[in-house]
Amino acid sequence: MIKNNLKNRKKIDSIFKVASKIITWSSLVVLAVLLYHVSITGISKLSLDFLNNFPSRFPHKAGIKSALSGSIWMLTFVTLISVPIGVLSAIYLEEYSKKNRITRFVEINIANLAGVPSIVYGILGLAIFVRFFQLDRSVLAGSFTMSLLILPVIIISSREAIRAVPKSIRLGAYAVGATKYQTIRHHVIPIALPGILTGVILSMSRAIGETAPLIMIGALTYVAFVPETVMDPFTTLPIQVFNWASRPQAAFHEVAAAGIIILLIVLLFMNAIAIFLRNYSNKKYDF
Amino acid sequence: MKLIFKRKLKLKEIFFEKIFALCSYLSILTTVLIIYILATESFQFFKQIPITDFLFGTHWEPLLEPKSFGVLPLLFGTLLIVIGSALISIPLGLIIAIYLSQYASSKARRIIKPILEILAGIPTVVYGYFALTFITPIIRIIFPEAEIFNALSGSIVVGIMILPMVASLCDDALQAVPKSLKQGGYALGTTSFEVIKGILIPSAFSGIISSFVLAVSRAFGETMAVTLAAGATPRFTINPLESIQTMTAYIVQVSLGDTPQGGIEYQTIFAVAGLLFIVTLMMNLFSNYIMHKYREVYD
Repeated sequence: MIKNNLKNRKKIDSIFKVASKIITWSSLVVLAVLLYHVSITGISKLSLDFLNNFPSRFPHKAGIKSALSGSIWMLTFVTLISVPIGVLSAIYLEEYSKKNRITRFVEINIANLAGVPSIVYGILGLAIFVRFFQLDRSVLAGSFTMSLLILPVIIISSREAIRAVPKSIRLGAYAVGATKYQTIRHHVIPIALPGILTGVILSMSRAIGETAPLIMIGALTYVAFVPETVMDPFTTLPIQVFNWASRPQAAFHEVAAAGIIILLIVLLFMNAIAIFLRNYSNKKYDF
Repeated sequence: MKLIFKRKLKLKEIFFEKIFALCSYLSILTTVLIIYILATESFQFFKQIPITDFLFGTHWEPLLEPKSFGVLPLLFGTLLIVIGSALISIPLGLIIAIYLSQYASSKARRIIKPILEILAGIPTVVYGYFALTFITPIIRIIFPEAEIFNALSGSIVVGIMILPMVASLCDDALQAVPKSLKQGGYALGTTSFEVIKGILIPSAFSGIISSFVLAVSRAFGETMAVTLAAGATPRFTINPLESIQTMTAYIVQVSLGDTPQGGIEYQTIFAVAGLLFIVTLMMNLFSNYIMHKYREVYD
């Protein structure tokens, strides 16, 4: 009787094991299906002309030159705005702040901001940057909006990187008479840098793929030129993809797929850098 | 001389600390601004439309005459997507997490984890395209009566989208359970499945539930995929094969058109976004609360 029971229990265990294995791997097949579907649809449209042409009413002439350059412009300014602010906030919260109510409030606030739907940031950007500061549909308005969106992500990941720096490093610096700022500047930051950069790159890849906030501030317009100043209107890769995908003609869906391929290549490239940095930092400092 | 140097150093210290502090308070400013903008514009809206008409009305027709501003169709559309995507992502995500933390070899982990990260990093507009051009045609083969834009396709794709998030958060929660508890279970002669059912899941319960809530909140605010896949027809329906409109998709629809600033149509997006903000904020706070309140602490 007892033996039988044991057999049953083991059977249940092995069934569950196999089932969970199958479920896990088949969920990952989704990624393969997605990539395959996008590739076979879009590959025929992919050419140098596609990179060099502006958006067009005719699918065979449509290209992503303005979207690609718009994405690069926006990303540059998002980096310039959000990285210093985000990293400095993280330093403050990890190294300076006292464990009191205000700090706790700031922490909860940042965690909640990370969970606010991106479209709400779009509305914020529309009301503040586009209307109030009269930046209109410019690169600058888009960059500010996107910076607010990814700031919480940068702060949270930078804090983790700073927290991972062992206490002994700080104590060692204090022991030879360094001030707090000197300790942070010369010891904590250099050691935490690869971790911080990893977080920064991952949040940049989030910024590159976000669409909704930019649509809110009115970036979905016909832009057939490359932005030349920060006050020029712009479009980005995911917006262009959305535009093409929402048209009924199948030919535009192929163009959309080609746009997605470019977008995914950019993202994969950024992820590869992040993974490289992570491995590099693991090797260099082994505490 | 030495004193002056010391004072300068001290001033520099204080200066940098203040700058750092200023940066971290910017996040509070962001929240205040979000609330201020949503509140003032919604206030203008509710001066014209009674709040009860907004919350309990069953017709959403703000752009065409006769106008009506009942948000329930949008809310139902959103809930349809949220429930559908939760039905997919919660069980699958939990099973993947269990497989990762309990059964998978370290080699399998090294393959699966990065794939989940890549899946989590794919832009939502790509998922929307995938739903529109791949999932919807399949649905229309199985259910010929399905519309081109339908809630089912949106739910499936949002479910796929939040699956990696559920899986990795649950995995973190399961990993945090101390090894000694598991080994205690094995020492009593239990099988892996019994350890999972009787020890791992109860111990990590708060983390698991809070990850579910976070995922649901994410599905609630998801925009591009549902805009592309689920359509733009606000309907008071629970039939997933029909075209619907979510709250987020409505906001996108208005901002794509040329709605003049200051009109009631323009203010609707603030009222809808306000509702969206409140609901997601509640869910995020709730998730945080469960996480901390019911966390089992082990040494």
